[in-house]
Amino acid sequence: MLQGWVIASVSFAYLGVLFAIAYFGDKRADAGRSVIANPTIYALSLAVYCTTWTFYGSVGRAASTGIGFLPIYLGPTLMAGLWWFVMLKIIRISKANRITSIADFVSSRYGKSQLLGGLVTVIAVVGIVPYISLQLKAVSNSFTILLHYPEIVMPARTGAQPLLQDSALYIAMILAAFTILFGTRHLDATERHEGMVAAIAFESLVKLLAFVAVGAFVTFGIYNGFGDIFDRAEVVPKLKALMTVADSGASYGSWWSLTFLSMLSIMFLPRQFQIAVVENVNERHLARAIWLFPLYLLIINIFVLPIAVGGMLHFPDGGVDADTFVLTLPMAERQEALALFVFIGGLSAATGMVIVETIALSTMVCNDLVMPVLLRWKALRLHEERDLSGLLLSIRRWAIAGILLLGYIYFRAAGEAYALVGIGLISFAAVAQFAPAIFGGIYWKGGTRQGAIAGLTAGFAVWIYTLLLPSFAKSGWLSLDFIREGLFGMTLLKPQQLFGLTGLDEISHSLFWSMLANIGCYVAVSLRKRPDVVETGQGTLFVDVFRHTEGAESSRFWRGSAQVQDLLPLIGRFLGPERAQEAFLAYARRRGLASIDQLQANADLVHYAETLLAGAIGGASARVMVASVVKEEPLGIDEVMNILDEASQVRAYSRQIEQKSRELEAATGELRAANERLKELDRMKDDFMSTVTHELRTPLTSIRSFSEILLDDPKTNLENRKKFLAIIVKETERLTRLINQVLDMAKIESGNAEWHTAEVDLHEVLEESIAATSSLFSDKRIGLSMNLAGDVPKVKADRDRLIQVMLNLLSNAVKFCDEDRGQVTVRLSVGADAVRVDVEDNGPGIGEADQNTIFEKFRQVGDTMTAKPQGTGLGLPISRQIVEHFGGRLWVESSPGEGATFSFTLPKDGEYDARKEER
Amino acid sequence: MTKRILIVDDEPNIVVSLEFLMKREGFEVAVAADGEAALKSVEEKRPDLVLLDIMLPKKNGFEVCQLIRANPEWQSIKVVMLTAKGRDTEVAKGTALGADAYMTKPFSTKDLIAQVRQMLDMD
Amino acid sequence: MNRSIITGQRLAAVFLLGCVLFNYPLIALFNKPGELFDIPLLYFFLFGAWAILIGLMALAIERRKD
Repeated sequence: MLQGWVIASVSFAYLGVLFAIAYFGDKRADAGRSVIANPTIYALSLAVYCTTWTFYGSVGRAASTGIGFLPIYLGPTLMAGLWWFVMLKIIRISKANRITSIADFVSSRYGKSQLLGGLVTVIAVVGIVPYISLQLKAVSNSFTILLHYPEIVMPARTGAQPLLQDSALYIAMILAAFTILFGTRHLDATERHEGMVAAIAFESLVKLLAFVAVGAFVTFGIYNGFGDIFDRAEVVPKLKALMTVADSGASYGSWWSLTFLSMLSIMFLPRQFQIAVVENVNERHLARAIWLFPLYLLIINIFVLPIAVGGMLHFPDGGVDADTFVLTLPMAERQEALALFVFIGGLSAATGMVIVETIALSTMVCNDLVMPVLLRWKALRLHEERDLSGLLLSIRRWAIAGILLLGYIYFRAAGEAYALVGIGLISFAAVAQFAPAIFGGIYWKGGTRQGAIAGLTAGFAVWIYTLLLPSFAKSGWLSLDFIREGLFGMTLLKPQQLFGLTGLDEISHSLFWSMLANIGCYVAVSLRKRPDVVETGQGTLFVDVFRHTEGAESSRFWRGSAQVQDLLPLIGRFLGPERAQEAFLAYARRRGLASIDQLQANADLVHYAETLLAGAIGGASARVMVASVVKEEPLGIDEVMNILDEASQVRAYSRQIEQKSRELEAATGELRAANERLKELDRMKDDFMSTVTHELRTPLTSIRSFSEILLDDPKTNLENRKKFLAIIVKETERLTRLINQVLDMAKIESGNAEWHTAEVDLHEVLEESIAATSSLFSDKRIGLSMNLAGDVPKVKADRDRLIQVMLNLLSNAVKFCDEDRGQVTVRLSVGADAVRVDVEDNGPGIGEADQNTIFEKFRQVGDTMTAKPQGTGLGLPISRQIVEHFGGRLWVESSPGEGATFSFTLPKDGEYDARKEER
Repeated sequence: MTKRILIVDDEPNIVVSLEFLMKREGFEVAVAADGEAALKSVEEKRPDLVLLDIMLPKKNGFEVCQLIRANPEWQSIKVVMLTAKGRDTEVAKGTALGADAYMTKPFSTKDLIAQVRQMLDMD
Repeated sequence: MNRSIITGQRLAAVFLLGCVLFNYPLIALFNKPGELFDIPLLYFFLFGAWAILIGLMALAIERRKD
């Protein structure tokens, strides 16, 4: 028999241990040696997610729906995968802006709107109260059941008990006192409670151990392991049905919506926000939590189904509520100590939730609901108060007591209508309403205050109508008529079949309509107008938080004038003068200044003061307070646009710079190429000079040698003398020819050549050229054949120049033909618009690589270093210049070993003129 | 003993003049018109001195000079390079490849004869 | 915290994998009577997949190079 006092004293002892841990944690934190600076503790404290709802309720839900309890834990597991992006961003934003609650977050994002902060607070309080009442119900029930040990008696209807005999009332009072002790011992600008977090982490461990202990006891103590339990369940049809879910769209649909709902809850339940964001001491801790927290959830759920099945096998008549199996199974097996441990586990689940949730809610109530009203209430003359920190603390204490009282009232009134899980889901659906405003707020700069207000209001209203009011009705507070018949008897307005939508469970139904209304209003209203100055500024700070916080403390979208001696007392009023002094001094030191007096009251300091204050009284109130001492010159939209324009100009400039540097690179490349080209030209000029001198020196050598020989020896015999003089004459001619050609080339190239243009008959030109070279042909006994078209139009050209070209081509052909076997053919033909001359030989031919170089000056076929050039190497370049001068073309077609054909064309008379006019 | 001289040049008129000059000085003269013929002639005639033009068909004067110097048996053969390209780089190249002297065309016949005689230690 | 993008992407991929595993139609594949290692098929699948997801997340987190 467990006496009431035994249970009570064990419970108080447990609470005492918790308090000791919290006290120790706070002391260590004050000394600067945090006990919670550890990722594992952070992950454990996140398990405040698991309340009595998990501890007792999961088994109850498993007993009725099989796997239906799992989505509540799978959702957070999935969400953890996105924490790396989403949660990290929220934490970073909150730290940068000293955000202390979810209401603060939303109100700060949308231009520090007090209305929005208040709205979020109301939604949170209304939404969470049922959840708190659920904890009271669980603890009270488990206390009552345990009190009757070893008999198993289900607690009577709570409403039936006289108020003063209701254990839940005392539990609520004790929890309120305990929370006040935990959470409001002093005021901190960051709103952090390290001791509390340490205690919460400890509680998470206790409830996990208790649940695993009872799970192991049921599975391996009462039965012979998982296999045994499931084998026994196989033969009971009702239990066998739990092993699968109904294979219907509705059941998969509600599975999905519960998963989705719990994904949002893990982010936006006030206690989760408090632990994950506000109490986070180091961003790096988040990484470990991403997998450790889901692991915790996995472990605490392993035994849920075995306990549920075990309980149903053990109490087959259904007289024992499945929600109590965790406690009643050890009791039925007379495991006194285990039962007590389970009770403590449940108690720790409840206290953990209640403490964190009420602290979070009380902060919101104080900062976003009460303070804004009080500060506006001029009659209170709060502006003149020296030290408001006492007032703030007492507001929070009353808020804690008030919230627990509300929870108790709900418990008395509605507690029986729903099983534990049902109540929890109502709260989940309420906090899910924050999702659009927050997700939109951190990823979309276009979201506006009005949009957020509209979305939250619409979603909240739908939630009340489709979920909260029906829950009241089922509790007997309201007539059930409006559920059955619809509001005012209109069936389309049936709260649980809104607009005739059926086939969804009540949670999915409410979630769908409330999200539709919420997101729809948020987006539609936000898009109606452009965000104003403050909204733009805050939106930028939130959405681009990584850009802002990873650089230096950025200058704010703010401009104004303030005095340090105004700001300091203001902060002092809320934090206490000493704390304010310390904070300012620390700020000054960070800036490398010795004292507060040296501080410049610039935008950053004002922002710092505002964030300090935001910690104490919320962002919206802080803004009002700071504005009271700061002569703010509000930025007009034009100026903000200017700032943004500057930013975009900077981007444009940097694009231009990139562009320029690309252009520069290209120009450098071109220069380099040009330089190469110049070098090449220089080298060519050098080669040209060298070649010209070579060509000049060679005949000179012979001339000089023979002249000296003749001079030295006047008695040279006549034969030699004749021979030598003939050589001298020949070489002199060669020299003259070369000089003429070089000059000719230079004249043509510089455009100074004289042209005697006239109507020229090509027949004549060819005949004359052939006649002039006939001795060359006969000397080498090379055949010459002609194929001249009869009626060839005259061309406009310089007759002598054309003869020069022909002589050059003919002598080249002779030069490259073998003696005796050589054969040269000259052809004259008329094309569509040009007259064409070919000179074909059967010499060695010209390789493809050389076919262009032969037209360059002094470039003769073969390496100039090895092949002794015959001729000056200027004939072909000059010929080409001449032909091109008259609008024609000169080219060669050849393959090695098969001779070469040099051809040129000249435009028919008239067309040349026409072309000239075009130019 | 009569010294043998090999004249290598592809300009027939220059060959005629050199041949006449060398014969007049009492040397035994051989003639080659390209690089390969020059090497063949060195092999067969073992001249004491080669007057070597640079711009030659088939193998240029530098290559011929290099090949002469590569054969240990031909170390004693003197090489005088003749070229119409008077650039410093070519003088340096010829000297580096083992030419004993370098003369730029057009040359003075007296200087050439003096140079040849000096090389053959006849003064 | 190092905002390693690749780690974030790995975790997001695990999230997507989870969304597929824990949803219709995959879940319907296992929604039938029968046991595996003495555990009902559906439970075995859900807890197994759950454990794998946690393992993958732990792998992505703990083996990242900061």
